Amino acid sequence: MSKKPTAKEATSPAANDHAQAPVNARLTPEERIELFRKMMRIRRFEERSLRAYQAKKIGGFLHLYIGQEAVAVGCCSLMGPNDHVITAYRDHGHAIAVGMDTKALMAELYGKATGCSKGKGGSMHYFDPSRNYWGGHGIVGGQIPLGAGLAYALKYKGLKGAAMAFMGDGAVNQGAVHEAYNLASLWNLPVVFVIENNGYSMGTSQARSSAGELAQRAAGYDMQWGQCSGHDVYEVRAMMDKFLTLARETGKPSTVEIDTYRYRGHSVADPDNTYRSKQEIEEYRRTRDPIQLFQDKLLAEGVLTAATAEQIDTEARAEADVAADFSEASPFPTPADIQTDVYWEADNPSERRSQGRLFFT
Amino acid sequence: MPVITYREAVRHALAEELERDPNVVVMGEEVAQFNGAYKVTEGLLARFGPQRIVDTPISEAGFIGVGIGASMLGIRPVMELMFWSFYSVAFDQILNNAANVRYMSGGQIHCPIVIRGPANGGTNVGATHSHTPENVLANHPGVKVVVPSTPADAKGLLKSAIRDNDPVFFLENTMLYGEKGEVPAGEHVVPLGLADVKRPGTDLTIVTYGRSVLHSLAAAEVLEREHKVSAEVLDLRTIRPLDIDSVLRSVAKTHRVLIVEEQKPFASVGSQLAYMIQREAFDELDGPVHRLATVDAPAIYSPPVEVEQLPNPRRVLQAALETLA
Ligand SMILES: Cc1ncc(C[n+]2csc(CCOP(=O)(O)OP(=O)(O)O)c2C)c(N)n1
Ligand SMILES: [Mg+2]
Repeated sequence: MSKKPTAKEATSPAANDHAQAPVNARLTPEERIELFRKMMRIRRFEERSLRAYQAKKIGGFLHLYIGQEAVAVGCCSLMGPNDHVITAYRDHGHAIAVGMDTKALMAELYGKATGCSKGKGGSMHYFDPSRNYWGGHGIVGGQIPLGAGLAYALKYKGLKGAAMAFMGDGAVNQGAVHEAYNLASLWNLPVVFVIENNGYSMGTSQARSSAGELAQRAAGYDMQWGQCSGHDVYEVRAMMDKFLTLARETGKPSTVEIDTYRYRGHSVADPDNTYRSKQEIEEYRRTRDPIQLFQDKLLAEGVLTAATAEQIDTEARAEADVAADFSEASPFPTPADIQTDVYWEADNPSERRSQGRLFFT
Repeated sequence: MPVITYREAVRHALAEELERDPNVVVMGEEVAQFNGAYKVTEGLLARFGPQRIVDTPISEAGFIGVGIGASMLGIRPVMELMFWSFYSVAFDQILNNAANVRYMSGGQIHCPIVIRGPANGGTNVGATHSHTPENVLANHPGVKVVVPSTPADAKGLLKSAIRDNDPVFFLENTMLYGEKGEVPAGEHVVPLGLADVKRPGTDLTIVTYGRSVLHSLAAAEVLEREHKVSAEVLDLRTIRPLDIDSVLRSVAKTHRVLIVEEQKPFASVGSQLAYMIQREAFDELDGPVHRLATVDAPAIYSPPVEVEQLPNPRRVLQAALETLA
């Protein structure tokens, strides 16, 4: 088994110059470096969290974003004040991309009270509504109707914005995704459904799980769709800018399939020895690493020097270590915290209106 | 007798039933090529081939529905849910179709399907992956619900489940997959609806099932050693049909009851039990029926705190002492 090339990858001429797309051409050198820095920070955070997991500091699942950094960074770099994001359980990259504090993110993995969800959600359930980031969802495909709902709320309130609803290539086979597609198109909801196609859903290759092309399914719902490479952050931005603009300006939904790759197993528990070859992983690392490719571009543009790149890497590693130290030093929640954050009324007793018992033993 | 793990016991039951009945098919996410998310189905693809060990896309409503439909025409599908938590995606198929079709057709159709997979907390996978739906499932007449606690029970009950002509929902536990126990080789069948005394006693009945049986046995040891209390641990094994007679028999002997369950308390399996015990054995009771459940909130992630949300030996011991007070 191996990763199926997307139709786009199979047919497009090799090197389109997406750097010339207006949304990229107008980037300042600082903004370009910031894109690079964000991707590097994600990668170093993920590597540090893996080490913490191996040291048994983290429980449950850990789904790493390593290899996919350009997707979240490219997409989220386009967010305006009324744009919103929702994703699945592989959610660390998006969280860093929208600007969440890596200390709170790492502390969540450690199950500490200082975590972004107070240690209650864990790796799969990051949230930060203050940054228009609505999670972090563990049930495959379950977040996609919510993404359409965010778009519904934007439209209802008359706000000019768009929701981005991220999912994997396996999630496209959930009924809820198709119901959301239809609703979004029928009601003209400003949502971009983003398929992060890393070729595999757990140990199942795309060819073994999905009939036909993934993005093209949108056509059946009368939605526009596109495909692009997720190894080039410029290309991600160029494609997403088009569809985000469509959503913001006309309220029309769309589906974008972004070709990407994960270097690590599905989660850290995946022995990763049944469904793809080591050579395939090596090949992606060597030829399509999104951070390396962008570094090369920025060096060629004269925006970045080798020394600055090195320094950004060093700072990203240091930041991840600081996050781990912070998490280590933070307290766990207590058993009394188990029953807070369940009901709004229970947490705001002075404003309670209902009567009767809320909790049971 | 061979000592094997719970995981192997489930696998042996699957393999033996696949061998015995050509209509048995195993279907689910990652069951074949990946050898099972929890390696329960390891080796089955190599042995029985892709006709009978079938990988599905992540489409629970679709593939569970396909299994139910196929069972109406005589296939005996054994469906794996990677986690029982994902049953919510297939809720309509399970509870409208599998549970009702026999009744709605006036008995013309039946669904010999098994849906199996883990349903438990304790591995820090958070609120979306820690559901224990045995009460929700058992609330639907027409279905059977099994929650085995030991390797031998897992094997014997699964074989019964596969041979059963009604839909059987079989709830395993990721925390138990590695637990070892003696399991008879070959034909070993435990009938559905038969509880099992896992430890006899005279002063207190602990009615429980699933992983809580292990916690209850650990607590019973301490009760004996440190408190001179002889606790009987009764493992229900099957939730529906429910072996209420064995429960009442034990209550008539000990006169004190503690129910221990890894369930949210509201309208749980324990709620049903407590109702039946007070209704049918009121005069036997020397005190109110007690119950220890999961602390009433969604599953918390934080590893050391999750231990305190679930039943554990310390909490069972404390609840037992309160029951005796
Ligand atoms: C409803 C449901 N079914 C199954 C799972 C278990 N599961 C978690 S992730 C996953 C694979 C998803 O693959 P994909 O959508 O491609 O996303 P990726 O992990 O590649 O980012 C599976 C089967 C789940 N969490 N929810
Ligand atoms: Mg995938």
